[in-house]
Amino acid sequence: MSIDTDTARKVAHLARIAVKEEDLPALAGELSAVLAFMEELNEVDVEGVEPMTSVTPMRLKRRPDVVTDGNIQKQILSNAPDAREGFFAVPKVVE
Amino acid sequence: MTKLNELTIAAARDALRKGEVTSAELTEACLSAIEAAGALNAFVHKTPEIARERAAAADQRIKAGEAPAMCGIPVGIKDLFCTRDVPSQAASNILKGFRPEYESTVSQQLADAGAVMLGKLNMDEFAMGSSNETSCYGNAVNPWRRGNDATPLTPGGSSGGSAAAVAADLCLAATGTDTGGSIRQPAAFTGITGIKPTYGRCSRWGIVAFASSLDQAGPMTRDVRDAAIMLGAMCGHDPKDSTSADIPVPDFEAALTGDIRGKKIGIPREYRMDGMPDEIEKLWADGTRMMKDAGAEIVDISLPHTKYALPAYYVVAPAEASSNLARYDGVRYGHRARLAQGDGITEMYEKTRAEGFGHEVQRRVMIGTYVLSAGFYDAYYNRARKVRALIKRDFETVFAEGIDAILTPATPSAAFGLGEMAEADPVAMYLNDVFTVTVNLAGLPGIAVPVGLDRQGLPLGLQLIGRPWEEGDLLNHAHVLERAAGFVSKPAKWW
Repeated sequence: MSIDTDTARKVAHLARIAVKEEDLPALAGELSAVLAFMEELNEVDVEGVEPMTSVTPMRLKRRPDVVTDGNIQKQILSNAPDAREGFFAVPKVVE
Repeated sequence: MTKLNELTIAAARDALRKGEVTSAELTEACLSAIEAAGALNAFVHKTPEIARERAAAADQRIKAGEAPAMCGIPVGIKDLFCTRDVPSQAASNILKGFRPEYESTVSQQLADAGAVMLGKLNMDEFAMGSSNETSCYGNAVNPWRRGNDATPLTPGGSSGGSAAAVAADLCLAATGTDTGGSIRQPAAFTGITGIKPTYGRCSRWGIVAFASSLDQAGPMTRDVRDAAIMLGAMCGHDPKDSTSADIPVPDFEAALTGDIRGKKIGIPREYRMDGMPDEIEKLWADGTRMMKDAGAEIVDISLPHTKYALPAYYVVAPAEASSNLARYDGVRYGHRARLAQGDGITEMYEKTRAEGFGHEVQRRVMIGTYVLSAGFYDAYYNRARKVRALIKRDFETVFAEGIDAILTPATPSAAFGLGEMAEADPVAMYLNDVFTVTVNLAGLPGIAVPVGLDRQGLPLGLQLIGRPWEEGDLLNHAHVLERAAGFVSKPAKWW
């Protein structure tokens, strides 16, 4: 499976990474090379094999669904590139 | 006499307890060594004030008696660990200026044990790399050189700064993380010891996530005893990480009996790669003989799915990374791109991530996005997860047949020159992980131990792989190998 320029453009957009139009062919080439490497997996007979989901067969721990912290608005916003009036600020989302 | 910054954790602990040295003195020795080692670019954020404060507190605690083993020991912390109010960037420009309001569980546990943080260590961006060349801070440099040749060499990656710092005696030990070999490969490239424990031993909480089902923290130290001491302080159950194991942490140091008589050591035939350098082949044979001489039984074993580990890893890891790294969107922390007139939120995301992520990270995020996208999920991601199950089954089979530990090379070569792989395709760089990545996929503990030098005078390491949750037994095997190998070489100081 090889990736063409259109697919590379689509993948870059899905990943929300701006890629210049002139860089797309090189990107497509790189992605294709990595995918070619992955094709080796097609040699393996995986019939009837359950996909591995966890490393150790253990039930994930549960905890009571209770509030454990809060009132830390200042800390939460302290690293924001743009915080105003206690909120994260972003460019306009809806017209 | 050994300088204070050259001590092992065990020697420093004993001297501290006897009152022969103070943590303040150890800490000053390390801070001076760090100041003089700018050329290695290992420490990228120095925290001398925190270090002096913690050293003073440790000295008080030691004087009062009952101090834990890590109390007063100066260590470096990989930049991947979030440390309160100290820059924690994962070596990425997208986290430039980020100062966490919280502390990772592992670094908190070390601090609680009295360890002294000297600063943050260089690494590959988001731990994606095998040479520390993808860092936003520039390359970390290996203190080892090829004889008199001044070519700068890689300390390996992704924990390259940690490896360089420990090998160059800038700290007594350092934390690392290992997703596909990122503790063991740099340890082997710099002549130190590094262990990746069983998945779930160390809490991942507060460690910047790369591939959550593979990431594990571990210690990088001068020797196996130090690895045992420091690992004990780093691991344990944490309610904040649902994958952290709620099982007791044994005394790993007490497991170092030096006796492996009657143990069965597996030598996997699939690890004998085509084109493997003679020196690696010989090192492996030497190590096998050492284990045999120590009374272990050597058994030829087969791990038939080994060759599919790397391609499976390079599906699973980017898939998880693309999901984990979705959080870097320029809204809550880190970098946000300057926007043009009329740019909306999508342009903000796309420009922020294009500016903030380096090339390798972008490539892996896009690969991950592709293999998870509609129509390809089954063909790539689900197939890789099935292959992963088969790789794990290979190990379970040999352990069920009575194998106690598996001996393999740690890396396919000694440290290479910085920039030497620049023209190679990405897959060539990925081959660095060929011996280590199976261990992450199966969730097993693995340790790299320095065993010899190559013709050019560079360190080479072997890897031992253990049964899940039996790090103590694994460390004991490593201890035997270390003693038999008698590796004592140090890099000649040029920096």
